[in-house]
Amino acid sequence: MTIASALALAGIRHRFGHTLALDDAHLTVAPGTVHALLGENGAGKSTLMRIAFGMLAPDAGTLAVQGRPVQFRSSADAIAAGLGMVHQHFALVGPMRAVENVALGSRGRLDLTATAARMREVAARTGLSVDPDAVVATLSVAAQQRLEIVKALVRGARVLILDEPGAVLTPDERADLDRWLRQFCADGGTAVLITHKVREALAVADAISVLRRGRSVLEAPRADVDDDAVVAAMTGEALRASPAKAGGAAAIRGLVPTPSAEPVLALDAVTLRDARGVTRLRDVTLRVARGEVLGVIGVEGAGVRELLRVLAGRLAPTTGSVRRPLRVGFIPEDRLHDAIVPAFSLAENLALADAGHARGRLDWRGIRRATADVLTAHDVRNGTADRLAAELSGGNQQKFVVGRERRVGVDALVAENPTRGLDLRAAASVLAALRDAAARGADGPAVVFHSTDLDEVLAVATRVVACFNGSVREVPPPTDPEDRTAYARALVGTL
Amino acid sequence: MEALAALWDGAFGSPFAFWSATLVRATPLLLLGLAVAVAFRAGVLNIGAEGQLLLGAAAAAAVALAFGDAPRLVLVPAMVLVGALAGAAWSGIAALLRRRYGVLEVISTIMLNFVAAAMVSWLVRGPMQEPTRVYPQSSSFADAAHWPFLLNGQRLHLGFALGVLAAWGLWWWLEHSAAGFRVRAVGGGARAAASAGGVDVGRTISRVFLLSGALAGVAGASEVGGVTWALYEGLSPGYGYTAIAVALLARLDPRWILVTAVFFGALDAGAAAMQRDAQVPSVVVQIVVALVVLAVLAARYVHARRLAQRAAPETA
Repeated sequence: MTIASALALAGIRHRFGHTLALDDAHLTVAPGTVHALLGENGAGKSTLMRIAFGMLAPDAGTLAVQGRPVQFRSSADAIAAGLGMVHQHFALVGPMRAVENVALGSRGRLDLTATAARMREVAARTGLSVDPDAVVATLSVAAQQRLEIVKALVRGARVLILDEPGAVLTPDERADLDRWLRQFCADGGTAVLITHKVREALAVADAISVLRRGRSVLEAPRADVDDDAVVAAMTGEALRASPAKAGGAAAIRGLVPTPSAEPVLALDAVTLRDARGVTRLRDVTLRVARGEVLGVIGVEGAGVRELLRVLAGRLAPTTGSVRRPLRVGFIPEDRLHDAIVPAFSLAENLALADAGHARGRLDWRGIRRATADVLTAHDVRNGTADRLAAELSGGNQQKFVVGRERRVGVDALVAENPTRGLDLRAAASVLAALRDAAARGADGPAVVFHSTDLDEVLAVATRVVACFNGSVREVPPPTDPEDRTAYARALVGTL
Repeated sequence: MEALAALWDGAFGSPFAFWSATLVRATPLLLLGLAVAVAFRAGVLNIGAEGQLLLGAAAAAAVALAFGDAPRLVLVPAMVLVGALAGAAWSGIAALLRRRYGVLEVISTIMLNFVAAAMVSWLVRGPMQEPTRVYPQSSSFADAAHWPFLLNGQRLHLGFALGVLAAWGLWWWLEHSAAGFRVRAVGGGARAAASAGGVDVGRTISRVFLLSGALAGVAGASEVGGVTWALYEGLSPGYGYTAIAVALLARLDPRWILVTAVFFGALDAGAAAMQRDAQVPSVVVQIVVALVVLAVLAARYVHARRLAQRAAPETA
């Protein structure tokens, strides 16, 4: 190596509970470059950067800043070493002035005049100006982001880590940020950009790194890669061995059911705008029949979340019509907040599913029996009807939720990232449960399934649609079942 | 030692102490404890039982004074009903403020307590003052408005029986009815209740507000009908606040509230006797009680955190 790296992480391993979030991840950022760190949701990007910034201690691996090995005990150490981080969700105090936010976290006497002077000096040097006296809550999102960067620069950051900076910006603001980042790096600074948006990364970066399932799978200069190569690395075409795939795709394709003529779920020209008036779904028309597993793919913010909730009846569309059965099973991504009450017993959590329309007296004896049946049928370990949900492991909780939502009489089942946070065995069993729900053909429910892991979707789905920018379109099955190009293109909207 | 003996004697030392002091003081605490508990079970922090009690008391007194010649069999149920409605109306203001404007009920209910106290002060000096216009209180109720005693020669009255009935009813409702389960589900996890169960969280919360206020209103009716037989300014020595401790110590379980309400009633009765007979200020008892409540709550908090840690997700 001829050039010392501005930031180098090697052999990083980190475990959350049973899940290995990072396993032999590495990243080498050359000084004076914009380096994009790509990966799907849950690939470990943010974990790796939190380790780089001293917010997490790695279980194994080494860190070096400007060629010197370092060990951070907190982010204060990282700041002292010249790192700065701009989080996706800004760490700003809204009612306070910009200068007060910058001064926050400094030690000793609070000297706002000196802090404001340093802000002006940074503005003169880098062109990033924020009025020191402006109240943060009155600033635009782009200005708040600028303030976060100024905050890092005032503290002497030479290496900036930006977590999904594009997510909150308009295209024009993005272009401004890209221009500024290039200038910052031309002046000797270094930037690491965390994103899952391939095009945004390729537009600005000098080098690209890709994480997939906690491992580094690609590190290359920008000139050596195109978007197909990056998408392939992200979605795993480069990595063939996948547990979810074993026997999955082929098996399910073998018994593609004849969908009954009458669709169970039907969306017609559905458009959804959120509370701020942003269009989340645009003109979506979709049919799902019994015995089908509709796989939904899409990056964060593409409209997957909203589509699943409209199908499950948890969100009402702004315009358009929805036809769905009375009872739709829904397996939301955030299990502990949206699916179960941890402090309730499993029997109570089962009753929760009918709580909205139950009347009169609850038949706890029957509910306990039904709970026991779910626990047996879905192989929930260590569970009894009277045990608290909190006492189960995440995997067993999820198996319980899947079992509950599949209970008799459900005509449609919507699952959002149901394997998130589960170990491989629990994930496989959850996927198997979805598969055999659909395998019952015309007797089974219509299943809608989303996962950030394309392998999982392809292993379970009989049909795939992609969300991009609120639009939904079907991805025709490729002639070669191993060919992922069409899916990869659909994810970035270039199908 | 002498003080403790006086405390015990004042609460349990004689049939009179138990039936006419301890249980009579436990009655409002029981009804108010239930009111607080049902709200807390839904995650609604109703601190306004005091005000809801005062409104219930004023409304029941108005009925008692206006219809003094009605038969007791009509008048007493009417006082219960009107007291409940007035209490519910008062908590309904807080419910409306929360649902429409997102005002935190901790703030609104505590403010409404002061408004209620001021309203009672005004009533007993204005429209409801006794005819001689000397004392800040209403006229005494006619006999028909006196709530029946439960035991011969003891002051224990109908209100306690209502409280026991309400405790059993509320327990059954929370544990065995669909509507009660919705209340617990909203308190246990509002997002899960809405997402997994399709529960209308806003409506559930509003209804709990009304139920809680109604129970507190009945407590007010019970005080004027069973104890004071007139509307006074200092009707409640802060029962509505003590009730929060009653409910929390019982872990919000209506069956245990029966026990904790009697416990606090005994302390209240005993503290008065202790001050009288052993010259120990009754605030000593209040200090000890406060420390006990804090210790119990802290222990429970630690337990809950342990549980939460075990439930911590494996994801980042």
